[in-house]
Amino acid sequence: MMAIRATHEIHKRRLSRNVGVAGVLVGFIAVVFGLTVVKVTNLGPVEGFDHVVRPALIEADK
Amino acid sequence: MTDTSTFDREYEAQFGDYFALLKPRVMSLVVFTAMVGLLVAPVAVHPMVGFTAILFIAVGAGASGALNMWWDADIDAVMRRTSKRPVPAGKVDAGEALAIGVALSGISVVMLALATNLAAAALLAFTIFFYAVVYTMWLKRWTPQNIVIGGAAGAFPPMIGWVAATGSISLEAVLMFTLIFMWTPPHFWALALFMRSDYDDAGIPMLTVTHGRKVTRAHILGYTAVLAPLAIGLAFTSIGGPAYLVVAIALNAWFLKGAYAIWRRDEVMAEADNFRVEKDFFRFSLLYLFAHFGALAVDAGLRMAGVA
Repeated sequence: MMAIRATHEIHKRRLSRNVGVAGVLVGFIAVVFGLTVVKVTNLGPVEGFDHVVRPALIEADK
Repeated sequence: MTDTSTFDREYEAQFGDYFALLKPRVMSLVVFTAMVGLLVAPVAVHPMVGFTAILFIAVGAGASGALNMWWDADIDAVMRRTSKRPVPAGKVDAGEALAIGVALSGISVVMLALATNLAAAALLAFTIFFYAVVYTMWLKRWTPQNIVIGGAAGAFPPMIGWVAATGSISLEAVLMFTLIFMWTPPHFWALALFMRSDYDDAGIPMLTVTHGRKVTRAHILGYTAVLAPLAIGLAFTSIGGPAYLVVAIALNAWFLKGAYAIWRRDEVMAEADNFRVEKDFFRFSLLYLFAHFGALAVDAGLRMAGVA
């Protein structure tokens, strides 16, 4: 593998654009992550959907 | 490898040029009204979910702005007000504007669906379609009612915010929609009265050109007169309150006074003072909308604090 060593003039010209796009992507990841944390924590206890029957989680007959 | 021709463009589009495709000033109004729609809804929303919803409603609005700039690059280049937009200024290719518009439309709708519910996402998708296709492609160059129908696109955000919180549409959401919908024609026709050569040059059938300026003045008064009772009526729904009632009565009286003054003037009078009344009315119309939605937010805050 050969890394790009020489800095081409285009690297300078596109710097603001690349930094901007990077910032947007990092922000998007942060939003999706934050949203996931909120949604999952608001679900309440999530267990009982496993391969083993968990009698404690089955609602009593009404 | 040698440089390819794409490297030889005289101007390299910067991040800000792409951001300008999203019409940031329109977006600020969308963010504000969508936020109020979400805040005044009777269902509490987790702050992170609310933030995500407003963010992607804004992104969706920006996407439709980019699609509008892609389609309208030819007329934007002719009008002084819009000639500095990224595509007519030669900073961004029209194809790039199209790609950004389509990509952001998809992302915003999917993310709103994931963050809130399908009804809100469907409403956002419809809004983008309405602005980019119904308004920009079909109506803008064809009918002098372009402003009236196009105004619907700008009126959807508070309703989307409301639906994001509650999952359904109600009277309050419809009245918030109507407030912006009825406000848009007087707002834009006042602009058309003093930016007159622009729309003529571009060949857009503005009411000022097709039916004359006297008719436009009458239309401004007519829409403002219908707007006032609807705006004040919102005060008596579940989201209204003392702050909104006071603001609505005061601002609608002032707005009507301005519309009446515009209606009474003719072109000689308007040219004599360089369209001062029309310009004041246009500037006031921006304050009008911000103040109405701001007051709704204040009343929601009062209810939350248990004061009202």
